[in-house]
Amino acid sequence: MAYGYYPGCSAHGTAKEYDISTRKVCVKLGIQLEDVADWNCCGASPAHATSEELSLALPLRNLALAEKQGLNSIMTTCSACYNRLKVAHETVKESPETLDRINDIVGEPYNKTLKVTHFVNFLSEEVGLEKLKEKVVKPLKDVKAACYYGCLLTRPPELVTIDADPENPTIMDGIVEALGAEAPDWSHKTECCGASLALSRTDIVVRLSGEILKAARFADADCIIVACPLCYANLDMRQSQIASRHGVDYSLPILFISELMGIALGVNYDELGIDKHMVSAANMLREKGLM
Amino acid sequence: MVESSQNDNIEILTYSEVEEVGGYIGNFEVKIRKKARLVDLEKCTGCGTCYQKCPVKVPSEFDMEMGMRKAIYVPFPQAVPNVPVIDKEHCRMFTKGKCSICQKLCQADAIDYEQEDEIIEDKFGAIVVATGYDLFDASVYGEYGGGRFKDVISGLQLERLISPSGPTGGHIIRPSDGKEPKNVVFIQCVGSRDVEKGRPYCSNVCCMYTAKHAVLLKEHLPEVQTNIFYMDIRSPGKNYEQFVQRTMEQFGALYIRGRVSKIYQRGDKLIVKGADTLAACQVEVEADMVVLATGITARHDSKEVATKLGIPYDEFGFFTELHPKLAPIETVTSGVFLTGACQAPKDIPDTVASASGAASKVAALFSSDRMSMAPLVSTIDTSVCSMCKACMEVCPYGAIQEEEITLRDGTKKKQLTVLESVCHGCGACVSTCKSSCIMLRGMTDEQIFDELMAVAQ
Repeated sequence: MAYGYYPGCSAHGTAKEYDISTRKVCVKLGIQLEDVADWNCCGASPAHATSEELSLALPLRNLALAEKQGLNSIMTTCSACYNRLKVAHETVKESPETLDRINDIVGEPYNKTLKVTHFVNFLSEEVGLEKLKEKVVKPLKDVKAACYYGCLLTRPPELVTIDADPENPTIMDGIVEALGAEAPDWSHKTECCGASLALSRTDIVVRLSGEILKAARFADADCIIVACPLCYANLDMRQSQIASRHGVDYSLPILFISELMGIALGVNYDELGIDKHMVSAANMLREKGLM
Repeated sequence: MVESSQNDNIEILTYSEVEEVGGYIGNFEVKIRKKARLVDLEKCTGCGTCYQKCPVKVPSEFDMEMGMRKAIYVPFPQAVPNVPVIDKEHCRMFTKGKCSICQKLCQADAIDYEQEDEIIEDKFGAIVVATGYDLFDASVYGEYGGGRFKDVISGLQLERLISPSGPTGGHIIRPSDGKEPKNVVFIQCVGSRDVEKGRPYCSNVCCMYTAKHAVLLKEHLPEVQTNIFYMDIRSPGKNYEQFVQRTMEQFGALYIRGRVSKIYQRGDKLIVKGADTLAACQVEVEADMVVLATGITARHDSKEVATKLGIPYDEFGFFTELHPKLAPIETVTSGVFLTGACQAPKDIPDTVASASGAASKVAALFSSDRMSMAPLVSTIDTSVCSMCKACMEVCPYGAIQEEEITLRDGTKKKQLTVLESVCHGCGACVSTCKSSCIMLRGMTDEQIFDELMAVAQ
């Protein structure tokens, strides 16, 4: 059975490697992904800051299309997309009036049949950690990978959370450990990276992301594992700015969870797109004997 | 407690539980399970040899699990009676089937592993409920570590650390490494006034106990800096406000108005992030220890107790009084009175006042042979009653009873009767009775019809 896949806009731009590596990893796991045809932007943060209807209509159109395509579930890798799709799904599930209103706007009826998942809970629930362990060919021995969840994967907890404990989630840690790496318990798992203030208030992003890097370094991490294109962009791309502003050059590789998986599952380094990162992970991987 | 234990008119049944309550005011029939403490109350001299020599150590409940107790133990030093109890779950005689060190060493021959629970059934005239409260479990606050950080403790834990008979002998040290804290953060309203956590009410005591803790900390450790995050300070009791002011002015407590959003560990420090809403800025405190002013919550089994006693409780499990202003000690069940924090969060003066109130109510009740009651009660016309007993089922107070009478010709007959001292005149039986044989005095069918006719005219 094919799983519905919603790549989201970032997968075509700043987080292309997240998309590439996710597809590679799914091939290794024997999971067939089927893209939602003619998908549109989920609205992310600008839509719900503009209009409630727009913030529901954009994701709901994607859900309606997926349903029409005969899919039972929709999985996305981006935290913001997941958050919007899930919030839209839960909102119309609770309120038939809202569903009618939005169905009218979208012009495609949504019947609330889809299971909306993020790549992370898709892995631990649909694939399962046992199966993941079996597929590992290159265990990530001696790699200390700090899992960073950011805001949107666990908040608001009553609607979207992928983990039973939204304040101290461990679902990614479980996946990382299944790959043979060590996931340290650290302080900034769910702190905000500054997110969409990247352009309007870069100073805030530099401060907040700097604190996350500092905490990861304090936890003695070799790299930070992310599951969100925006977290990745802030943490990876801002490191030189953080270095000049804070006087500390962390040079901490930021890896998508799919990239780390790709390495453990035996996908070639060159095929994962890791070389697109600003902070190179090559040295760290070489040191650990993983390339 | 010792004084009451020596009073001839007071019998204290410790380690006992009420199993069933029947009867009514003046005639409560209560079944009490006196649990087997496996130590003979009469023989034990309280010498303490047994718990000194017991080889099993268990985290002490009284010390908030910061110290250890033995498997045979006296729950706390001032316990009445000063007779130990054996904890079957941990005692080696029960877990492994051998040990009996305490039995061999007991000179009074008081240890009895075979002792069984005893059931006491007796009649009582009135019941005062004083079952107290539970401490709110702060582990639902994931943002404060959810119980993961050793040096984030509750106010009651700090209380034990300060106590000379506590686990550290009164030395205030961090549970993690035994070092003296230099910078301590207090967080108010943890499990109080927090709708998100299902506790919208104020716990009443935390503002004052936190101020007291700040004073005691400073007295024990003059170098310490205390920082208190608060929502607003509630100090309406007599002299309370002056005490809080003294805490700030003489004891240097730094009061910060705002909530804490997160605590995390950095090395051996706890980083406390919060807001100062008066200065309109974010604050970050590097603390050695954090004390949560955990609120008061109803006892975990309060609903079962309420069901046994036939008294109502609110959505949080606190027992409900008959009237919030005019009858704050009585309950809807005549003869059952409330005192202390089982009714609502109360501090010591309020508890003592309500306890005195309950005692006076009981004394007044017992001082006379007759009871005055409101006259608006039900009566049953037994000549019409078909004994279907539907009224007995609907009566919330158990006021309708079956009695046996002897007729003039000597034959015996069963009939229903209303216990006037128990009936509250709610009228449930009146509307349930199919043969219309129950009437509420002062509210008879004729009276209602007359009222309707007057309205209709």
